[in-house]
Amino acid sequence: MLESKIPSGPIEKKWEKARFEMKLVNPANRRKHTIIIVGSGLAGASAAASLAQQGYNVHCFCFQDSPRRAHSIAAQGGINAAKNYRNDGDSIQRLFYDTVKGGDFRAREANVYRLAEISVNIIDQCVAQGVPFAREYGGLLDTRSFGGVQVSRTFYARGQTGQQLLLGAYQALEEQIATGAVKMHTRSEMLDLVVVNGRARGVVTRDLLTGAIESFAADCVVLATGGYGNVFYLSTNAKGCNTTAIWRAHRRGAFFGNPCFTQIHPTCIPVSNENQSKLTLMSESLRNDGRVWVPKKKGDTRPPSQIPEEERDYYLERRYPSFGNLVPRDVASRNAKEVCDEGRGVGPGGQGVYLDFADAIRRLGESVVREKYGNLFDMYEEITGENAYKVPMRIYPAVHYTMGGLWVDYQLMSTIPGLFVAGEANFSDHGANRLGASALMQGLADGYFILPYTIPNYIASSSLEKVDTSHPAFAAVTDDVSRRIAKLLAIQGKRTVDSFHKELGKLIWNNCGMARSAEGLRSNLQKVPELREEFWNNLRIIGTGEELNQSLEKAGRVADFLELGELMCLDALEREESCGGHFRVESQTPDGEALRDDEKFSFVSAWEWKGEGDQWELHQEPLTFEHVHLAQRSYK
Amino acid sequence: MNLTLKIWRQQDTKSSGKFVSYQVQGVTPDMSFLEMLDLLNENIQAKGEAPVAFDHDCREGICGMCGFLINGVAHGGHRGTTVCQLSMRFFKDGDSLTLEPWRAKAFPVLRDLAVDRSAFDRIIQAGGFITAPTGVAPDARAILVPKEAADRAMDAAACIGCGACVAACPNAAAMLFTAAKITHLNSLPQGQPQRYERTADMVAAMSAELFGSCTNHGECEAVCPKKIPIEFIGRMNRDLLHATLHRRGE
Repeated sequence: MLESKIPSGPIEKKWEKARFEMKLVNPANRRKHTIIIVGSGLAGASAAASLAQQGYNVHCFCFQDSPRRAHSIAAQGGINAAKNYRNDGDSIQRLFYDTVKGGDFRAREANVYRLAEISVNIIDQCVAQGVPFAREYGGLLDTRSFGGVQVSRTFYARGQTGQQLLLGAYQALEEQIATGAVKMHTRSEMLDLVVVNGRARGVVTRDLLTGAIESFAADCVVLATGGYGNVFYLSTNAKGCNTTAIWRAHRRGAFFGNPCFTQIHPTCIPVSNENQSKLTLMSESLRNDGRVWVPKKKGDTRPPSQIPEEERDYYLERRYPSFGNLVPRDVASRNAKEVCDEGRGVGPGGQGVYLDFADAIRRLGESVVREKYGNLFDMYEEITGENAYKVPMRIYPAVHYTMGGLWVDYQLMSTIPGLFVAGEANFSDHGANRLGASALMQGLADGYFILPYTIPNYIASSSLEKVDTSHPAFAAVTDDVSRRIAKLLAIQGKRTVDSFHKELGKLIWNNCGMARSAEGLRSNLQKVPELREEFWNNLRIIGTGEELNQSLEKAGRVADFLELGELMCLDALEREESCGGHFRVESQTPDGEALRDDEKFSFVSAWEWKGEGDQWELHQEPLTFEHVHLAQRSYK
Repeated sequence: MNLTLKIWRQQDTKSSGKFVSYQVQGVTPDMSFLEMLDLLNENIQAKGEAPVAFDHDCREGICGMCGFLINGVAHGGHRGTTVCQLSMRFFKDGDSLTLEPWRAKAFPVLRDLAVDRSAFDRIIQAGGFITAPTGVAPDARAILVPKEAADRAMDAAACIGCGACVAACPNAAAMLFTAAKITHLNSLPQGQPQRYERTADMVAAMSAELFGSCTNHGECEAVCPKKIPIEFIGRMNRDLLHATLHRRGE
C-alpha cells in the first residue's frame, strides 16, 4: 500500500534519473493548469514563485496579513550546504551521512541524499535573489560550523537567516503576484481539502476578515503549512502555527507519518509565569562557550554566585567527557530534564539549568564574548531583566520543530493522489532528530527544486478530468466546514479556547515530551479524548462567524490539536524504543542512555484515519540502510 | 500590578470606533505586553464581551505582524522593541495606558488594534525584488560582494515591515520602509541591472498608496524596532533623482 517510489540505481544517480523520467508539460499548455499552494513560508513561497515562473496559474494562501510573516522568518542560525568552500573535507556524501546519522536512522536514505545534492543549488539561487549572506573581506561568502558538526558548511545572514531567505522567496512571490501568475489570498485559512474521485482537487477556506467560506478548484494541491509544535501550547513556534490544514487532509485520507517525532531544543529561556504565551529560543551556538551546570544539592536556593565550585555539577561534562557541553540537541535536552526532575533545577519553579559564561569571560575577556554573543545576551536581558555577563543564564528545553508530518513518497506526494506536502508539514528528511540549520535547507529544496519537477510530472501523467467548484464534492465539503463552525459557536459553555489549549499542552508535554513511558502514554490516551469531549461541550466563543473573530480561529485549530494529540500518544506508545529526542524509559542502556531498537522499529509509522470514533490503522514503511551503517550513537 | 487601559474598539473598517476603558489586575513584571493583553482578553471574555483584536504571530520580534500605539508611541517607545517583546517590567502599578491602532490613510483599521498593511506588499510588487527565476543562478562564489556592501544590505534588509515608521510619521510616509528595501537591493551587485527602474517604480507605488512624503522629522527612525537608519532615505532619494533624470533623457 505504501509506495515510496524511490528510483532504482545508485544513490548518487537516483534524482537525476527521476528527473529524466518525469513527464513535462508543454509551455503553451501550462497556463491551463491551476495549482493551489497553502502556506507561504520557505517551502510554500518558493514553490509558488517557481511554478508561476514556469507558467502555471497559482493560488497561494496564508492566514497572516502578508506572506512575509510565515514562521520560517524566525529561524536564526543558518542554512547548510555541501559547498566545501572551506576545503575542510565537506561533500554531498558527508552532509548526507551526517543527516542520516543525526536523524538516528529513521529517515529515507534516498530523500536525504537528494536533499544534500540540492543544498548547493539553494545557495546559488538565494545569492542570485540578493539574500545578504555574511561575507568575508574579499567579498566571498562566509560560513560557520553549527550544531556540533565538524565542517563549516552553514551559510548565514547574521542571526536572521530565516528572515532573509524568506524575504528572498517572498519577493520572488510578490513579483509573480504583480504579473498576475499568482493570486495571493492573505488572511485566509484552509479549513478542508476537497477530494474528487480519489484525487485532491481543491480546498475550502475561510476569509478571516469577513468569515466568508470560499472554495477553490485546481489540478493539484500543495500543503506547505509548517509544523504542529503548538500542540504543546508552549513552544518556540509562532502563535498562529497549527495543524489544521494537514489534519483535515489526514481526515480525508492522507496518512500521518511519525507523529510523535518532535524536536526539543535545549537552549530556550525557561517558563517564568502561568500566563506565558510562548517560549524564546536562544541560539545553540551559546553552548560553544557556556558551561551547563546545576547545584549538586537538591533544592539549593542560594544565588549562583554563592554556590562554590565543588558544590556545582557540570553534568554534561561529567557524563560526556569527549563532547561535554556540545552533545547533540536531544542528549542535552534530556539531561536537563533529568536533573530538574531530580529536584536540582534552578530559577522559578525549578525548571531551568545554568548556562554559565564566567569561565569564557575569564579566558577570552568580556569584549570577545560580547562580540560573539552580544545580541543574544541583549535579547536575554530584554526578556528576563538579567545581565548574563554577571549572572549565569537560565535555560530549559522547549518544543521547537516537528519531524513528523504527512507521509509523502519520493515525489513529495501524500497517499491522496494530487496532494503534495512540503517543508516541515511533511515527515520526510530528518528522521527522529533534525540537525541544526537543516530546516531552511529542506523547505527551500522542496519548494525551489523538487516540486517544480514532480508537480508537472503529476499533471502530465494523470488524465485529469475538468473539475470546478460547481462539482457536488465542493458543496459537500463547504457544508461540512460551515456546520463545524456553527457547532463551535453553538456550544456556549464556560471555558475559553486558551484554557483548553493550555491543559492539552501540559498533558502532551508531561507524557509525550522528552521522556515517555507506556504508563504515561496510556493515561494520556484516556485524558486527551476526555478533554476533547469537554471542549465540545463546554467551550465558549464570543461573537459570530461573520466577522474577524480570533477566538473562533483558535478554536478550530485547538479542536484539531485535540485529535492530533491523541495520535501522537498512540504513535509514541507503539514505538517501544528510544530514538532521536524520544526517550522511552523502558528502552535504555544500563547507564541510562537512549537505546534504539533497529530489529523492531526500523520503519516509518504511517497512520491512517479510519473515521470518527474508530481506531487509526498503522502502516509501516520499512527503512533500509545501504550506504550509512546502522550504529548506536555515542557521545561519551 | 494593576493597570488602566484605554483601548480603541472598532467593529470593522466601516464602523466608527471609540475608546473603552478596562482594568486589568494581577499583571506580573515577567509578562510581555501581549501576554498582558491575553490576560485582559481572558477576563473580558468571561464577562461575555468580545476580546480585543490585535495582530501578532511570532512573538519574538521578527515577523512584523504586531504593533500598535501605546500612549501615542509606536511599539511603546522602548528602543528596538516590538510590542510582543516589550516587557511589563517597564510599567508600574497604577499606570494608565492608551492603546490605539496605527493611524494612516493607507492602513485602514480592520478591527480594534488590527490594520490592513497590504499597501506594503504592493510597494514590494512594484520592484522590491531581483528577477532571478529559479534555476538560472551562477555559482554563489561567482558574485563577489564587498563586505561593506553586504553589511549595509543586511542592515537595510533587517526591516520587518511592521508599519511603525508610517504610524510615527506626521505625514504617514512609508519612506523608511521603501528606502530600506531599495537600499538592500541597490547595495548589491545582483541588484544593479534593475536599480533605477526599481527605485522609480517603488516610489511611484508608495505615492499611489496614499502615503505622505518625508519632511525629515526622524520619528520613523526613533520607533523602528530594527533601528533602520534614516540615512537610507537619503540614499533612496539620490537613486530616485538619477532614475528621474535617466527616464527623462529617454
